[in-house]
Amino acid sequence: MALEDNIRIIVEQVLAEMAAGNSRPGPAPAVAAEAPPAADADDLAKIDLQRYLQVPSPVNRPLYEEMKLATPARIGVWRCGSRPLTDTWLRFRADHAVAQDSVLGEVPEELPAKYDMVAVKTMCADKDEYLTRPDLGRKLDAEGLAAIRERCRKGAAVQVIVADGLSSKAVEANIANLLPAMLQGLESMGIQTGTTVFVRHARVAVMDVIGEELKPEAAIILIGERPGLGTAESMSAYMGYNPRIGMVESERTVVSNIHKGGMPAAEAGAHLATILKKILDAKASGVNI
Amino acid sequence: MKRVNLKTRLFGTTFTFKDVKEILAKANEIKSGDVLAGIAAANAAERIAAKRVLSQLTLEDLRNNPVVPPEEDEVTRIIDGDVNEAIYRAVKNWSVAELREYILATTTGNDELQRLSRGLTAEMIAAAAKLMSNLDLVLGASKIKNIAHCNTAIGLPGRLAARLQPNHPSDGVDGILASTREGLSYGVGDAVIGLNPVDDTLPAVIRSLENLCGFVEEWQIPTQVCVLAHITTQLKALQKGAPIHLFFQSIAGTEAGNKAFGISASILGEANDAALKEGRATGPNVMYFETGQGSELSAEAHHGADQVTLEARCYGLARHYRPFLVNTVVGFIGPEYLYDTRQVTRAGLEDHFMGKLTGLPMGVDACYTNHMKADQNDIENLATLLTAAGCTYFMGIPMGDDVMLNYQCTSFHDIPTLREIFGLRPLPAFEAWLEKMGIYENGRLTARAGDATIFTR
Repeated sequence: MALEDNIRIIVEQVLAEMAAGNSRPGPAPAVAAEAPPAADADDLAKIDLQRYLQVPSPVNRPLYEEMKLATPARIGVWRCGSRPLTDTWLRFRADHAVAQDSVLGEVPEELPAKYDMVAVKTMCADKDEYLTRPDLGRKLDAEGLAAIRERCRKGAAVQVIVADGLSSKAVEANIANLLPAMLQGLESMGIQTGTTVFVRHARVAVMDVIGEELKPEAAIILIGERPGLGTAESMSAYMGYNPRIGMVESERTVVSNIHKGGMPAAEAGAHLATILKKILDAKASGVNI
Repeated sequence: MKRVNLKTRLFGTTFTFKDVKEILAKANEIKSGDVLAGIAAANAAERIAAKRVLSQLTLEDLRNNPVVPPEEDEVTRIIDGDVNEAIYRAVKNWSVAELREYILATTTGNDELQRLSRGLTAEMIAAAAKLMSNLDLVLGASKIKNIAHCNTAIGLPGRLAARLQPNHPSDGVDGILASTREGLSYGVGDAVIGLNPVDDTLPAVIRSLENLCGFVEEWQIPTQVCVLAHITTQLKALQKGAPIHLFFQSIAGTEAGNKAFGISASILGEANDAALKEGRATGPNVMYFETGQGSELSAEAHHGADQVTLEARCYGLARHYRPFLVNTVVGFIGPEYLYDTRQVTRAGLEDHFMGKLTGLPMGVDACYTNHMKADQNDIENLATLLTAAGCTYFMGIPMGDDVMLNYQCTSFHDIPTLREIFGLRPLPAFEAWLEKMGIYENGRLTARAGDATIFTR
């Protein structure tokens, strides 16, 4: 069967199982999917900016509406004197607030246990050190190393790692759908996974340290991306064959833009499972594949 | 060569430094990039001790001890070769403290600083900046007017210009022109209409150049156009007959850093010659450079030198090509190099001052990314300080939100605001055009301004 067919079938299976409430253990989504419309009417963040023209009497309204649809840039916003209108300014601040909260916020302490993950942290003492010392974000602290050695299965076909990276919200928003979809996808193809590890304050290359300890055939790290102004929940997946210290960046296969406005989590989970299969079959990853 | 004094006493303790490069690094105000490189002062007292030792070095000490030896680095050779020896001889025995005090003296004005500038190397300019307070940096820079001419003149007294940055996530022509119209309706775009392309391939770059130039010609806008692709792609576009006004390139303060950018002095020289020979602009200034503290460290091309000195070397290199525009992109690189608002503010003021003292028509992209401890208020503060310092131009972006590069900087709104507060005007030819279009009147926005659809036939 072609890999593309695999993706489609796995996605369908996983989505069906999830719809039936048959997915792996996980919390209910934190936010109700359907908020009452009345409550949304006053929600500044829900305004579709591309369809919201604030210039009171433009020379050419139809052209302006067309122009706004041609770009996500914040145009047609009007002004008070030379300054932006209040709602425009507050919406901008709101979009930045959610991005910043996501970078500086922490993944809740209790989250890893909910998904049967062994939780460890890097040598960064806190978020500040994480932001300024990329070198420390690539190494586990002594306690973390010990936990990996004692509690994780060695030599699995695929070692799964989840990390906060630059967006704690990406973990919270995507893991509930992404992780079960991916693990089930791998299982359905007969691929064994190790004990899933959660790493706090991590950079991508922490994968190499964990790979060196646990010697899996391949590893995948699901990590929060640097938030943009409208997309604080985006996650990337980096995959490597024979993960080890000294691995070069071009050896990693990358899938980015995993979020509900990009590639939705469940679909991404199935997609990643098939890519991992390809990596195991090829015994290579990144530019070597 | 005469021996350099490498030690001082402070609070009864003797501080000794290894060499001039270490003194320069440790004399910096704290920057996360210098800490990451392992070259920052260990504590606040050592920082001040380094400043004191630096203040007593002579300009000759600094010329004789560039942070990268000339044998290893063409940037060092270019800067040293461009020094006017007569002017240098007159000041080489000055201490760095004397240099700072001369710059700040009431009797020192633009003419004196223009002359002095030609006798200085990047290390001397960086050294003066390291001894200066933020207000010193504002005052020093405010004295210097560096004028350049491409299609129009920039850097004139009483004027504040802006680059219109109409970026789009897929280089969509309609989207780019939509942001361009919007910016023009706020009086933005006199420095340049400059697009950062997503797609750096030749056909895409030529298409964007032709579309932007076509729009500028249709509406007879007195400005210049630039598509900020790699310089080698722009050269090819010129050879294909594309309309090039300005050649853009990001540059670094070391030869190895430039190599990481895929350029060298000879490529920059070739582009400058080609733009003068085959380009569409009046000239004679046809180059546009961007810089930013930390890029050499990020490319592992810093040679153990600090990011302020390396930034000054970017300006020394830029000067060699008599550019029309140079701006630092001061908050783009991330918190590993400039941690927070305080560091970005300091870096913005340092960069602007050093660029001005090097003789450049210096602008600033006052900006931040979402993983930095900064927000729009902080960048408005920096832009206000820089306008007080006589900054040549800023960026103008729809609501300061760049939907392609995913960072935030100064907005279309901010440009007329800063002009209003400081009594500044757009560049003369552009202002006349804005008045003709009914966008500006007596240096202020009209009731019609802010409507992008005034550009409809």
